[in-house]
Amino acid sequence: MINWIWMTMLIIGLIFAVINNRMDEVNAAIFEGAEQAVTLSFGLISVLVFWLGMMKIAQEGGLLKALSKFLAPVIGKLFPEVPKDHPAMGYILSNMTANFFGLGNAATPMGIKAMEQLKVLNGGKDEASRSMITFLAINTASITLIPTTVIAIRMTYDSQNPGEIIGTTIAATIVGATSAILIDRYFHWRRTRRKKVR
Amino acid sequence: MVILSTVSMYLIPVLLFVILATAIYKKVPAYETFVDGAKDGFQLAIGIIPPLVAMLVAISIFRASGALDFILAGIAPLLAMVGVPPDIVPLAIMRPLSGTGALGIMSDLIAVHGPDSLIGRMASTMQGSTDTTLYVITVYFGAVGIKKIGDALKVGLLADVCGLLAAIFFVVLVFGSM
Repeated sequence: MINWIWMTMLIIGLIFAVINNRMDEVNAAIFEGAEQAVTLSFGLISVLVFWLGMMKIAQEGGLLKALSKFLAPVIGKLFPEVPKDHPAMGYILSNMTANFFGLGNAATPMGIKAMEQLKVLNGGKDEASRSMITFLAINTASITLIPTTVIAIRMTYDSQNPGEIIGTTIAATIVGATSAILIDRYFHWRRTRRKKVR
Repeated sequence: MVILSTVSMYLIPVLLFVILATAIYKKVPAYETFVDGAKDGFQLAIGIIPPLVAMLVAISIFRASGALDFILAGIAPLLAMVGVPPDIVPLAIMRPLSGTGALGIMSDLIAVHGPDSLIGRMASTMQGSTDTTLYVITVYFGAVGIKKIGDALKVGLLADVCGLLAAIFFVVLVFGSM
């Protein structure tokens, strides 16, 4: 799937570059894209190192386990394949909490840790499990309380009320996240039905 | 509003305090444990580079070649029929694909139309209410080496459509008609 998307974008892009005679722009775009990717990854090093260190202390101290036990009844329904006291649950919850408060920097390391644990649960296969897809769906919808970057940009352009979009943003994010969960459920239902027919 | 931003501000320091307090209580050697856990951070960040380079280069080429503009020109009239203003369409298409690309379009829309215009409010709501699906999939699956992504992209993109339409709907509902 991701293979096809990638190839299609590249091939269609190259064909359009010829048609539109935009070879210069495309040549520049190749290096800009690559550089942007490396800059992003290097930017992640600092937060990953720091938060993985802190999360290790939290794990050794039993904090993650306590957190998962406490909130598992709610989140557990979304991830029926993850055992209630599994470390994956703790990471999933920390990721969601960090996202909720708009702490993207802290959310990414915890999300990656959660994925690692979900992969262990799935027997280390390179295939996405049901829980992984659910977790991704929730993350792409990103339930956020305060869109800090957006408010900052609105302030730069002299908005009368930079924060006025918080209400509409929360409403839209709730619709997005709810549909993510429902669509994920639908696709899971379709997958299992297909298996039963066979 | 003030309460919310205060909570966000205090969350990390409080979290660090709680983590360290439990470490003292459970007699965990905090410093050694931190260094041990932090070791993986560098490797993980480096591991994300190949998939991220692949994806961002493809998106850059797709944009720079004019292919994206072509698709936008085709889709805009269709979306206009459902009540989506044509100005906002490029942002809606870019939002799930590229975070920096969407941020650029959003800043541009706000600069041109003003932050307190209907378009400006729509752009702000769209930008804030969802994350870059392609980036999230590339980073999370890339970091742990998942190659077969199953329905993840389909689910993510369909949810984005719902979220983006909801953004338009709520802005029109709250801030008046077009």
